[in-house]
Formats: sequence, C-alpha cells, structure tokens
Amino acid sequence: MSDLLAARSQMAVSLAFHIVFAVIGIAMPVLMVVAERRWQTTGDPAYFELAKRWAKGTAILFAVGAVSGTILSFELGLLWPHFMRFAGPVIGMPFSLEGFAFFLEAIFLGIYLYGWDRISPRAHLLAGVIVALSGALSGIFVVIANAWMNTPTGFKLVNGQALDIDPLAAMANPAAFTQTLHMTLAAYAATGLAVAGIHAAILLKQPHNRFHRAALLVALLVGAPAAILQPISGDLSAKHVARHQPAKLAAMESRFETARGAPLVIGGWPDVEARTTRLAIEIPSALSFLAFGDPMAEVRGLDAVPRADWPNVPLVHLSFQVMVALGTYMALVSAWAGWLAFRKRDLAGRRKLLVLLAIGTPFGFIAVEAGWMVTEVGRQPWVIQGILRTADAVTPMPGLIVPFSLFTLLYLALAAAVVWLLRRQIIESPNLPEPQQANLLETGRRA
Amino acid sequence: MPDALLALLVAGAVMVSLNAYVVLGGADFGGGVWDLLAAGPRRRRQRALIADAIGPIWEANHVWLILVVVLLFTCFPAVFSRVSVTLHIPLTLMLIGIVLRGSAFTFRTYDSQRDDVQRRWGAIFAGASIITPVLLGVSIGAIAAGRVPPVPTGSFVAAYVAPWLTPFPFSVGVLTLVLFAFLAAVYLTLESNDRDLQEDFRRRGLAAGVIAFGAAALVLALAQGEAPQVWQQLLGAPWAIVLHLATAIAAVSALWALWTRQWRLARAAAAAQVSCIVWGWGLAQYPYLLPPDLSYRDAAAAAVTLKLVLLVLAAGTFVLIPSLYYLFRIFKARPT
Repeated sequence: MSDLLAARSQMAVSLAFHIVFAVIGIAMPVLMVVAERRWQTTGDPAYFELAKRWAKGTAILFAVGAVSGTILSFELGLLWPHFMRFAGPVIGMPFSLEGFAFFLEAIFLGIYLYGWDRISPRAHLLAGVIVALSGALSGIFVVIANAWMNTPTGFKLVNGQALDIDPLAAMANPAAFTQTLHMTLAAYAATGLAVAGIHAAILLKQPHNRFHRAALLVALLVGAPAAILQPISGDLSAKHVARHQPAKLAAMESRFETARGAPLVIGGWPDVEARTTRLAIEIPSALSFLAFGDPMAEVRGLDAVPRADWPNVPLVHLSFQVMVALGTYMALVSAWAGWLAFRKRDLAGRRKLLVLLAIGTPFGFIAVEAGWMVTEVGRQPWVIQGILRTADAVTPMPGLIVPFSLFTLLYLALAAAVVWLLRRQIIESPNLPEPQQANLLETGRRA
Repeated sequence: MPDALLALLVAGAVMVSLNAYVVLGGADFGGGVWDLLAAGPRRRRQRALIADAIGPIWEANHVWLILVVVLLFTCFPAVFSRVSVTLHIPLTLMLIGIVLRGSAFTFRTYDSQRDDVQRRWGAIFAGASIITPVLLGVSIGAIAAGRVPPVPTGSFVAAYVAPWLTPFPFSVGVLTLVLFAFLAAVYLTLESNDRDLQEDFRRRGLAAGVIAFGAAALVLALAQGEAPQVWQQLLGAPWAIVLHLATAIAAVSALWALWTRQWRLARAAAAAQVSCIVWGWGLAQYPYLLPPDLSYRDAAAAAVTLKLVLLVLAAGTFVLIPSLYYLFRIFKARPT
C-alpha cells in the first residue's frame, strides 16, 4: 500500500467512523428534548423513561463522537499538512465557529446528563435545547468547510499561494447551502428512522408496550419529515454538482460521453475500460432534465476531463445509487407513516409499517456513508477542487500504513464497545442505577 | 491595528487556551492518575469521587485543546503543519491516549457496575490518563528544544524520531504528568466534605507538589544543553526574575495551604503555579512559536483572517464565559 493510499484510507476510515457519531450527536438531543417536553406537559412516565434512556445513549455516543472528532482535527495536519497550510487561513473561520458551538454542546450536555436533580425542569429542558441547537450548528460549520473543498472561493491562486484571502467569501461558497441542508436533514432522517426502526422491531414482538410506542412516535416525529424533504434537497444538490463539479456528476451517473438529452442511468456497473455502463436502466433525457431543467440540455461526461483526473467511477456510481435508493425507501415509508398519522390512524398497530421501518433501521446510516463516498471520492484526484491535488497535500512521513492499521483497530474496538453498551443500555436492562445514584449506593454501603 | 499586534493577540489567545486546557483538562487527566494509584481502605470511594468530579465537565474541558488546534491551523498554518509532520508519532500516540481516556471513562460509567467490568475500563482510563499528558509534554518539549524544522531531513529516525526521543522532551512530559496529578489532588480536596477523603488527597497533593519541584529542576537542568534559548531566557530575560518569584510564591502557597487545609486557597495557588509555568515556557520562546526560526510574525496568516478570528474569539468568549460559569457553579460549588 502506498503512503498516499494509506493516508487516504486512514482519513476515510476516520470520517466514516466519526460521521455516525456526529449524525447521532446532532439528532439524538432533539429526540431526548422532545421526550422530556412531552413528559413535562403530559406527566406520562413513559416519556420520562425515554428521555432518561436516550440521554444515556447520547452520553455514550457523544463521548465517542467528541474523541473521534478530535482525531480528525489532528489528522488534518498529521496526514495533510500541505492542505492545511494552504487552506487553514482561508477556511479556518467555520472551524473556529465550530469550536465555540462544540464548547456549548459539551457544556450543556454535561449539565443535561448530570443535572437532572440540580436545576429546575425548565432549565434542564433548556440545556437540552441548547445541546440540540449547538449540535446542528457544529455540523453545519464543518460541512461548510467541506463544501469549500468542492467549490473553493474567497482567495486568488498565485504561484501556489492563496492571496487576497476573504474568509467570509470562502464560507459563502456556492456548495455551502446545498451541502449543509442535505447533511442536516440526513442527520435527523438517519437517526430518527434508525431509532424508529429499533422500536418498531420490538413492537412487532410486544405490540402493546407503551414505552416503545412512545419511542416510535417521537422518533418518527423527528425522522420522518426530514426523510420526506431529503429527496428535494438531494435534487438541489445534484443540480448544483452538475453546474460546479461536472466530473463528479459524470461519475455519479456513470456518463462517459458528453451529450445532449442525456439519460438517467439507474443501477448498472461502469466498465471504465470500455467507457460504458453495463446492465443499467436508462430513462431517456431524464438526466438532462433533472440536472438542468431542460430535457435537451448538454450534460458533460467524463470525456470532458483528462483520463488521469477521473475519480473512481464504479465506486462513486455505486455509492450514489445506494444513497438514492435508500433515501427513496426512507422517504416513501416516512410519507406513508405521515399519511397514516394525518388520518389519525394508530401507527404502532400497523404491522406492515413496523416491518418496513424495522427493515430500514440501518438505511439512513448506510446512505450517509454512501453520500460521503460520493462527495469525497467524487472530488478526487483533488483535495481542493481544481486547486490542490490530494497527492500534493499528503505528509512526507513514510510508513503511513502503521497509523492506518492502528486507527482501524482502534475504531473496530470502539465500535464493538459501543454496540455492546447500547444493547445493554437501551434494549436489555430497563432499571439500571444512574451514575450518581450508583456512587451514592457505593458510599452508602461503605459508610 | 498593525499586523504584528494582531498576530501577537492571536498567539496570546493560543496560550490562554492552552493554559485553560492545562489547568482544567489537565486535572481530569490527573484524576485518572489517582484512579490508578487509588489505595487504602477508601480506594473505592476515592475512585467514585474522581468519577463524579470529572463526569460532568471533562468534555467541556477537552474543547480547549480543539480550540488550540483550530487557532493554530487557521492563524499560524506553518506552525501547525511543521509540528504535525515532525511530531507525527508522539501526536498520534497522544491522540490514541485521548480517545482511550475519554471513551473508557464514559464506558465505565455506563457499563455494568460489577467489579471486574469496572476495573477493566478503569485500567484503560487510568493508563491513558498517564500516557496522554506525558506525550503532550514530550511534544511541547520538542518544540521548546527547537527540533521542529521547516522540512524534515535525513533518515526516518533522524526526521521523525530523534526530534522528540531525547531526555529533555521526556522530562517535560514527566513534569506535565506530575503537575496534572498535583492539580487533580488539590482540586479533589474540594469535591467532598468527607474528612478522610480530603486527607487522602491532601497527602497526595503534597507528595505531587514536592515531586513537581524535582521534575521542574530536572527540566531546567536538561534545558541548558537541549533547549538553550529557553534556558537563556529563563535565566537572563528581564521578566524572568518576576516570573520565578511568582511561580515560587504560588508553589509555596499551594503547599502551605494544603498543609494547613485551606483548600480553596490551595486550589487557586496550584492553578496559578501551573499557569506561571505554562506562561514561563511561552515567554521563554518569545517571539518564536517554533524556535529557532519561526516567529509569530512570520508564521501569521493574512491580517483579515486574524481579525475575523479575533472577532469570533471575542463574540465566542461572550457566550462561553457565562456558560462555563453556569456549568462550574452547578457542579463545582461547595458540596453540602
């Protein structure tokens, strides 16, 4: 494995790992706060239990998210020192803002998790709201920085240096809006529907369990609207990519030739050597229409880009298909649930809906991973589109396979521990002592 | 505002953040040290007290480090990239320590309360709490010794191992660890009203405070050969005598306050002592962020970036300080 490949793999594994926890860290506080609010207004203990359990899950996942995010902030330098040297002054602003959002998140999560008995119910709920808001803001700031890598603005490139820097223009880069919208919705959809799926699976076995019914409803309340809106946001994103990153769109769609009235390619396997897509379904002119609103519009293919500058077409195409397929499934199931709710039907009693939700449990997260594959692999060979190549950004240190292996093992171990703990916390054991209470018991026993 | 002043202000902000990380986050690592060294009949209660003390605040304290990283790559990108290249190995190991400390601590809180399970997570938590501060100190020591060149040269060992694998950086690592443990012990006397526990941590604080003198002396002794600029500044600079005096007064006050059981005074003095050491290092390097060649002026990003970051810092502080105050008031007001 070359050092460049090792560095890219380490970054990919780190991002793929962190994004799961980042997404949960954005959306889980919303679920927790909705449940707590319902408890405060209805007095229904099922919601209290729910808020408490979700808070514990959030505590575990947030901690892993915080430390894996720390890895990433260091890896920017450890793996891509030349990228950061160039990009830091231009795009450091959203990271600085993210720093403060992360501060608020950590502070108020501490207050929320450990403050149940120490502050008023109102203040406690408010702390949860601040966690949810600052979590969403953190995500938005980081994605703004990523969007800049796709559509870099706010500087002039002179002899490899960034001059005339305008950090605000960099933040307002063209991709920022579509990417942050898509990612924020993805966070709520993936987490909401994953939680709904887990409780739907349990409801299939225990149809009358009030606790799981309450959980299902809150999770759908957060996840379903986002899942329904996501295809619209996806359409905006694709139109944007078509204009600003034609090579990425061509790889997503496996388009090898520039053409007017380009068809939409569904499924299939790109044969890069033969420059064709095998076994695909093609809808005539649909791509031109979707991308540019005109069935006869010209869509640039990979032939518009030098062969050496193509991204990994099969990987990008496959990831894109997976994301769209899973997103469509989630949107349809959510729309059905919404329709039932609108007609005041009992969602938790519809076995078919529960089965569909249970099947879709991991779909949101798979779609998030696939979406990041599309946007990151689709930008290659550039780390900053058209400005800096990934190969020119990597650290000169040799032997990068060693840290790559180390971090991969670390992530596997962390993932195993998290799965183990969540099973224990959320599914298996209902009546565990709180951490504070555990310590009180301990002290009491000793005293 | 002249550009040099802007750069100096941001460099000051980096130091303030690092100072906050050391004084607040450092004590959380120190807590892990005392978890490992918990002994005697109150072993379990010592560990429970440490866990209660760290639980609500460690994540917030950790963000100071992120702030240091972000400020460096935004405002002093050359420093960030040079440090990341040459100190790849200790920084990677430190990262692994950070990850294991934070996750094992959280997992321990939420896993089974059975003894063997608790001990397993506890061992990882405590072990990581020891290696992380040492590696943080090693990295700082390598920077202070002027071993982070613009471009790594020579063999793998010469470029990526030799800069930090020498006595001086490790002496700084040991000093960092001892100071973190010292801070934790002193703070922990205020976490409980239980006289026995207070005495336990008083003894630990006194011991760590005395060892810290030794570790500091070792750092100074090794600095003469390995970090000449820092050594000369600490001996000869006009501010040096003031700084040494302040450090000495704080250190002696901390030990005296511990001795006479004035916990609050001890806490303030210990934090002041450690802060003096952090700023002593910073001033001794002045004006270089990476001695012997890269000054804060030469490393600074464009003025517009510095201005905007200072604005963000000002606005952020406005939100951050009341939030932090609220957090610490809830969890660190005197226990009743």
